[in-house]
Amino acid sequence: MSPRAAALAAADAPRDRDGAMPATGLPRVLATASSGPGLVAHLAAHGALPAFSATRRAEHPLVDLVEQSGLTGRGGAGFPTARKLAAVARARGDTVVVANATEAEPVSAKDKVLCRLAPHLVLDGVQLAAEAVGATRAVLVAHPTVSGVLGAAIAERARHGLGGVRPEIVDAATHFVAGEESAVVNWVDHGRSVPTGSRHRPHERGVGGRPTLVNNVETLAHLALVARHGAAWFRALGTETEPGTLLVTARGAVANPGVYEAAIGSRVDDVVGAAGGHVATPLAYLVGGYFGTWIGTEGREVAFSRQGLAPLGASVGAGLLLAVPTSCCGVVETARLARYLAGQSAGQCGPCVFGLRAIADEVGLLARRELASDGTARLRRWLGEVDGRGACAHPDGVARLVRSALAVFDDEVQRHVNRRCSAPRPEQSALGLPVT
Amino acid sequence: MSPATRAGAAASPGGRRRPVLRVDPIACDGRGICAELLPELVTLDDWGFPVVDGRPVPRELARLARRAVAACPTLALRLEHEHEHEHELS
Repeated sequence: MSPRAAALAAADAPRDRDGAMPATGLPRVLATASSGPGLVAHLAAHGALPAFSATRRAEHPLVDLVEQSGLTGRGGAGFPTARKLAAVARARGDTVVVANATEAEPVSAKDKVLCRLAPHLVLDGVQLAAEAVGATRAVLVAHPTVSGVLGAAIAERARHGLGGVRPEIVDAATHFVAGEESAVVNWVDHGRSVPTGSRHRPHERGVGGRPTLVNNVETLAHLALVARHGAAWFRALGTETEPGTLLVTARGAVANPGVYEAAIGSRVDDVVGAAGGHVATPLAYLVGGYFGTWIGTEGREVAFSRQGLAPLGASVGAGLLLAVPTSCCGVVETARLARYLAGQSAGQCGPCVFGLRAIADEVGLLARRELASDGTARLRRWLGEVDGRGACAHPDGVARLVRSALAVFDDEVQRHVNRRCSAPRPEQSALGLPVT
Repeated sequence: MSPATRAGAAASPGGRRRPVLRVDPIACDGRGICAELLPELVTLDDWGFPVVDGRPVPRELARLARRAVAACPTLALRLEHEHEHEHELS
């Protein structure tokens, strides 16, 4: 995917009266999309980082500021950023900051695009987070395609004498579960990019056994803007419960697939519109990622937000919106996803290894219209059995995805049980799955 | 569901919390000894891996539960108290 980036502005977004950059307009984190990734362009767009003074690290003013902003994690879980910051800032001893740009979800491009277009904003966020939690070590775990641009930006900052802990860059592992928090810590420490299922979360015991703040790079980029412009500015876009903007990877049957920055609360249809609109009648949308949820076309009118998608059983996840056209078959597409995800198990937990394989086989039989006459009863039981049974949420995610397919493609599932399929081109796929 | 069961361990009249059975899914090899020794609390899924329900172990089964934990060849089965899995940050 080309690093296309554009902003989806809310029509009534108020404009700044004095600044070069619209104070509450869009784009925010992608403001330097057209001016290049250099430090000069970065400073021209955003200005210098403000200096904070803190007497004790547990009282760093940034923690309060982030709390007021309502910023939540943009890596998928959506956890309040201030609570993570506070937990690590309160811990005793040396602490570590890990910026996560693993983005192992193959269909997602937003972290890579952000790192390419705005590496200094990400590094500002790393610097600020390290300052707020008193970290003596900062590690940037970056997808191999963007570690170069980040490394160049770190060197550029050093040449200009910008302060802070100099982040180390670690090339991320690229298989599917590599971006999970405990897998990232495991990778930095031991070169094993598999989840540990540890009872201790990274904020208690992370890299080198030290309290560790693990944040997605988009989260850190927003944090760098909150530090500059404040909580009220941040809240001028987005909704009351989900303030700010988010990066969306729009893919599938849209005219201009790419990464777009949208005010949270923008409708699914608005995001599709920013990506040039549909190029074919949509059958359904995959939201969140491969590790996501299907929603039907009635979802076009809902907000692409946690709150908007919740009634449909979906979540923004890592910010993917993928339109599947009516030429494709939702059941066959789901079988492809289930097969891919089963193959991406880290291979550590029995219910994940054997359960996901069995589920993928069963969905495959359904897709090929070869399922036994008792229909989907066994599949549904297995979905319940793998839920919550792994060291990480991989099996839960696959169960959620397949369950959403059974609901959204209900009629098509029944047709397949009866040995029929209504899609004109079921052999076609809009998913862009990697060849494995 | 009462708050006590939702938290994963229940207070007994004496004020002590009863433990819950947990399976470490990475350590577990699916030998199935736990389900043989403690069918009241452990069942096996279709692939032979143990399923526990996360509820407090009833007092009358506590001794059998400890025996099943001790018999697990991979040390995957554990008796845990609530405070041992209190981590809500993600």
